[in-house]
Amino acid sequence: MKAEWRLLGLLAASAAALVWVVPFAWMAVAALRPGVPADIASLTPAGPLGLRNFNEAWQSGSFPLWYLNTVVVCGGILAVQLVTVTAAGYAFARLTFPGRDVLFALFLLQLLLVPPLLIVPNLATLVSLHLYDTLLGIMAPYFASAFGTFLMRQTFRTIPRDYEEAAMLEGATVPALIRHVLVPLARPGLAAFAIISVTAHWNEFLWPLMAVSSPSSQVLTVGLASFASGAEAGSAWGIVAAGTFLAAGPLLLLFLIFQRRFVASFVFSGIK
Amino acid sequence: MSLCAAEQGPPLANPGLELRRLVPGRPRWVPVVALLAPAFLFLTAFTYWPVLRVLFESFMVGRFAGQRALGLDNYRRLFADPHFARAAWNNAVYAAGTIAPSLVLALLFALALRDTTRLTTVLRTFVAMPLMIPLVAAAALFSFILLPGEGLLDFYLAKLGVPAINWLGDTDLALGSVVAITVWKNTGYYMLFFLAGLAGVPQQLLDAATIDGAGAWRRFRNVTLPMLGPTFAFVVPIAVLNALTQVDHVVTMTQGGPADATNLLLYYIYQQAAQNYDVGLASAATVISVAALLALSLTSFHLLERGTYYES
Repeated sequence: MKAEWRLLGLLAASAAALVWVVPFAWMAVAALRPGVPADIASLTPAGPLGLRNFNEAWQSGSFPLWYLNTVVVCGGILAVQLVTVTAAGYAFARLTFPGRDVLFALFLLQLLLVPPLLIVPNLATLVSLHLYDTLLGIMAPYFASAFGTFLMRQTFRTIPRDYEEAAMLEGATVPALIRHVLVPLARPGLAAFAIISVTAHWNEFLWPLMAVSSPSSQVLTVGLASFASGAEAGSAWGIVAAGTFLAAGPLLLLFLIFQRRFVASFVFSGIK
Repeated sequence: MSLCAAEQGPPLANPGLELRRLVPGRPRWVPVVALLAPAFLFLTAFTYWPVLRVLFESFMVGRFAGQRALGLDNYRRLFADPHFARAAWNNAVYAAGTIAPSLVLALLFALALRDTTRLTTVLRTFVAMPLMIPLVAAAALFSFILLPGEGLLDFYLAKLGVPAINWLGDTDLALGSVVAITVWKNTGYYMLFFLAGLAGVPQQLLDAATIDGAGAWRRFRNVTLPMLGPTFAFVVPIAVLNALTQVDHVVTMTQGGPADATNLLLYYIYQQAAQNYDVGLASAATVISVAALLALSLTSFHLLERGTYYES
């Protein structure tokens, strides 16, 4: 009885998981079919395969520029975040001062007050800081991360105090202590945060759409949206599929290769 | 009074303090300020200040000759706007339609795929893949899948004899289609948390329930589900947040249409700000959305958190 239920559940889950992967299967198949086949919807086509759609997508979109901008945005955000998050996480984990818990709750508010929701006032702030239509403007609202601060606070708390006390006895300053003792020990937490941060900002759309107007500052998602609507208007679905693959492919491939690492990071963020 | 004063003094038994004593002559506020200032500066500029600013703007009303005054006009206009009412209603439907099914599906996937074998690993990957791609990429794929006639869904439905359906163009179906895309996108993310939550359910507890004669359903209802309390307390507020902030596919696929059928709160804000340049209306709508988000996610967190505490 029990084994039968198990098997039934597994069968149902297998069927559902196959449905789940259909959009990806179509993306891969359609991207590899040159021309405008009548049965472009087919997942098991008979016709010839080739890379022409990728070629045309690459030619008609500004993919190198979009990749560059996206890498700069993700890298820039992460670089600043690693500093702010480590410093604040350490302060909340190890230092005691009046009002600490209130301040920490104030930090956590940012978990809910995410930049997409605050596009109207944040846009006004960008304009007054002369950051509108710059990559720095896309990055700025994310330089502090409540989520990262929380994650690093939890990580620092798992590290025994003995290490710090030994370093302090040898006369280490707080910055030196953080950089040479705690950061190496907190590397798993930092790596998990890095994966989550890059995934979030690689995929983000609405804020970069609002914060930037000139094509030279567009990121992948914004570029893909205008590219896809152009190709869709011409019913060039193979090219849409190829372009989508170009935009979503890098992270997807990294996920497939380092799956365990990714999953551990996502889950690490939610537990504790 | 003396008791109060003693409480406010430095907690002598605090282990953090011993560490600081090792660094003689250093004022205790310097490291605190230095470590927190960078993050606090950015939070002030892009989280606290914008909230205050949008609150202020929402009460700002233009008067003649460029003068401005405080007033409730923006809110009056907002509540009189049928597009806003529609967006708020749609968002409620969208939240209910995405949160409940994706959480149930995620839990079912997690239950079925909890044992790690080669097969379940592959199946988990299939379900988790959508969380790695941008929502606009999902929108591009589903623009074709839901295309009337030649689209993938209609192509295969036609083989079953079903006529072409205008999934995104029909006012009765469009919101459901957008909901389906969101469920497809988010289920895998929630599944990962349920998998981790299930791994934390002690086997002895389940064995004990079995010995006591509990069947599969009762073990699930009385042991597994309560043990997943913390997972729900974490996942539900995230799902609420997603329901209010994920509108990328609405922006690129439907633009809120047809006839406002897929207009959501954040898309309405985007329309007022980016297309109608009506800062007053956009600000008032932002204030309402932020209030709704805070109320809903904090309430759900507290309810689930309390439920957890009670159960354990």
